[in-house]
Amino acid sequence: MASFEELSQAVFDGDEAQVVKLTKDLLSSGANPMEVINKGLIAGMDRVGVLFKNNEIFVPEVLMSAKAMNAGVEVVKESQQTFDMPSLGKIVLGTVKGDLHDIGKNLVGMMMESNGFTVYNLGVDIDPDKFIEAVKKYQPDIVAMSALLTTTMMNMKSTIDALAAAGLKDKVKVIIGGAPITQEFANEIGADGYAPDAASAVEVCKQLLN
Amino acid sequence: MDYKPVKTFNELAIKSLDDFVYGIAPYPVRAKNGMVIGGGTVYPEVNMTLPPMNIDESTMPEVRKQYAEMFEGILKRAKELYAPGVILEVELLPETTMVPKWGREIIKILLDKMKDYEAKYGLKSLVRCTPNDTREMLRPPLMRRGELLDNILLTFEKCAEDGADILSIESTGGKELHDEALVNCDIRKAIFALGVLGVRDMRFLWSNIVSIAQKTGAIPGGDTACGFANTALALAEQGMIPRIFAAVDRVATIPRSLAAFEMGAVGPDKDCGYEGPYMKAIAGVPISMEGKTAACAHLSAVGNIAACVCDMWSNESVQNVRLLSAYAPVAYTEQLIYDCRLMNEAAADGRNYALKVRDWLANSDSKLDPQAYVLRPDIVLEISRELVKEKDAFIATKKAAALAVEVIKRGVDKGEVNVAPREKKWLNIISSQIETIPDDEEKFWSEIQKEVDLTKWRPEEYDLKVTSA
Ligand code: B12
Repeated sequence: MASFEELSQAVFDGDEAQVVKLTKDLLSSGANPMEVINKGLIAGMDRVGVLFKNNEIFVPEVLMSAKAMNAGVEVVKESQQTFDMPSLGKIVLGTVKGDLHDIGKNLVGMMMESNGFTVYNLGVDIDPDKFIEAVKKYQPDIVAMSALLTTTMMNMKSTIDALAAAGLKDKVKVIIGGAPITQEFANEIGADGYAPDAASAVEVCKQLLN
Repeated sequence: MDYKPVKTFNELAIKSLDDFVYGIAPYPVRAKNGMVIGGGTVYPEVNMTLPPMNIDESTMPEVRKQYAEMFEGILKRAKELYAPGVILEVELLPETTMVPKWGREIIKILLDKMKDYEAKYGLKSLVRCTPNDTREMLRPPLMRRGELLDNILLTFEKCAEDGADILSIESTGGKELHDEALVNCDIRKAIFALGVLGVRDMRFLWSNIVSIAQKTGAIPGGDTACGFANTALALAEQGMIPRIFAAVDRVATIPRSLAAFEMGAVGPDKDCGYEGPYMKAIAGVPISMEGKTAACAHLSAVGNIAACVCDMWSNESVQNVRLLSAYAPVAYTEQLIYDCRLMNEAAADGRNYALKVRDWLANSDSKLDPQAYVLRPDIVLEISRELVKEKDAFIATKKAAALAVEVIKRGVDKGEVNVAPREKKWLNIISSQIETIPDDEEKFWSEIQKEVDLTKWRPEEYDLKVTSA
């Protein structure tokens, strides 16, 4: 029988075909689907996360592992009719109004997803109303905003104010980031968290939801 | 419609390594006030931006005040330090481009002050007007029509009519795909984004900018691969992608940036285009560059080497915040002026001294990072010499990437450039990706249209038709 260790290694190697095969093997020999996910798929991704955080591997390698992990999760889902993938929490993510910088935000989203969060990536140039709409629709635990321009960072405050005015501010945690953003600025505008990069953004989300 | 180049470059403008030096370009550019760029003097080009604030009708008085204060501070410091001349670049923000009247007002404030400083103190100055490429505010973007494009062109036209000297833009055609290529380190998609989409959009956009320049007497400066290879540079600096990938991507941007000059732009090329030395080698145009003086805007591994063949020396952009000495734009003006003084002083003692300084600037960086290595003057000439043999911009883009890999491999073998162990395998990964690219553009398009996300961009905006079901 295939082992969790082998499965985790296949995720680590970003070997999608192998992940699919091992997941199927494990399930057909009676392994618990939850364990397949936690001890196999997610365990492999956790190792990837550590290497990435220590600057030992690059984003495309993380993405390959994430893709392999997801392929495994799909196999589990198909085998169990009523299987719900456990999520660490739901996050609505977007770059604020007037700002088109995309990549940093997307990297944050990818890291969140590969760590087990469910991410609704709204895109760029998102005005406060759209954030509010998304909060109503997805009922996330966290709203994450990105801004790269000094002339758009104030729209983070507008969004937080709009959330408050709509009575939603207490229902979510707000985290922010981007090149001009600092912890002080986050405190000043009433955000619950700030992170300087994608790996620490994940840590902050985990802390906020604990 | 086909936007045909008005010029092609079949041979190098710079014939020998000894002619490749800062301050002197084969085709210098003369401005209306008599300043000559690339005619022997390196000039500072100062960039500035707003501190944290919103831009709307209600804050416009403060916006004007901020810019007026920055312009005044920069010109005053330039005068006090006896700068032989200074260029101020105004990179308009999205808001001040979408409302052309605002951008125009800001440029007008600057032009008035510049006149004042010339009349009172004899300080010569030029303004580079850089509207924001706001086309991508709409997603997927309309590249060749619509109000956003109209307002970019209107901003160019009105500012040029008012007297803006140099017109530039950081254009973004193809970026929608290139972003995705970067985070996946997919050189196939990057080459398609640059060599097909980027080149096509540059030809369209620059044919428009050049015609506005001709009508108004402004100088059509040049573009930059900022949205492409500088994104790669920023990603590499954060350890997100290999430095090797960023270096190869930089070299692959050459045909795209060159397209501006094929359409009639004449330089000075834009500061943040680190591919500038290649523009100077191939098209002979003067170039603006930025390096250690742009650490206020982004970190890089090319702080010195970026200066080694520049004709203007810039700080990319700094926000108007108070430092211990002065406001940041003033402090950066001072740094740029001193850097230029040193380069100009060395050159005044003779070409040999200028070449010595050039080589010190180059060699102090080139061994430490592949992104610096591909900017070494002899390597710029070596790669450029191969690229001018290629008539087709897409094939040239593919060739550029392949040459970059080859040159870096050789550099590693000879111990001329340091590449981290975890990066080395990427040389082979990239070159095997390049080998899968066909030489026929149509064929490449028919292959790649199945691999890309066509909800993010519109092929018809690049004159491409989707053929697969
Ligand atoms: C690449 C780039 C562009 C590309 C964007 C490509 C894209 N698809 O995103 C293009 C060319 C399109 C562009 C355009 C412009 N840009 Co720009 N750009 C940059 C550059 C060089 C790098 C940004 C980047 O991608 N970095 C790599 C990523 C990985 O890093 P990151 O974004 O910082 O994200 C990390 C962290 O910040 C954090 N993070 C990010 N978001 C979030 C969110 C949360 C919740 C958390 C927790 C963390 C977090 O995690 C990320 C991963 O580690 C920066 C320089 C800089 N210092 O940032 C300038 C910069 C941001 N741009 C600048 C400017 C001025 C512009 C333009 C106005 C230029 C012009 N005149 O045309 C336009 C504006 C367009 C618009 N409306 O937004 C200025 C901003 C100055 C200012 N006033 O604030 C900068 C600082 C450069 C400079 N000094 O000149 N730009």
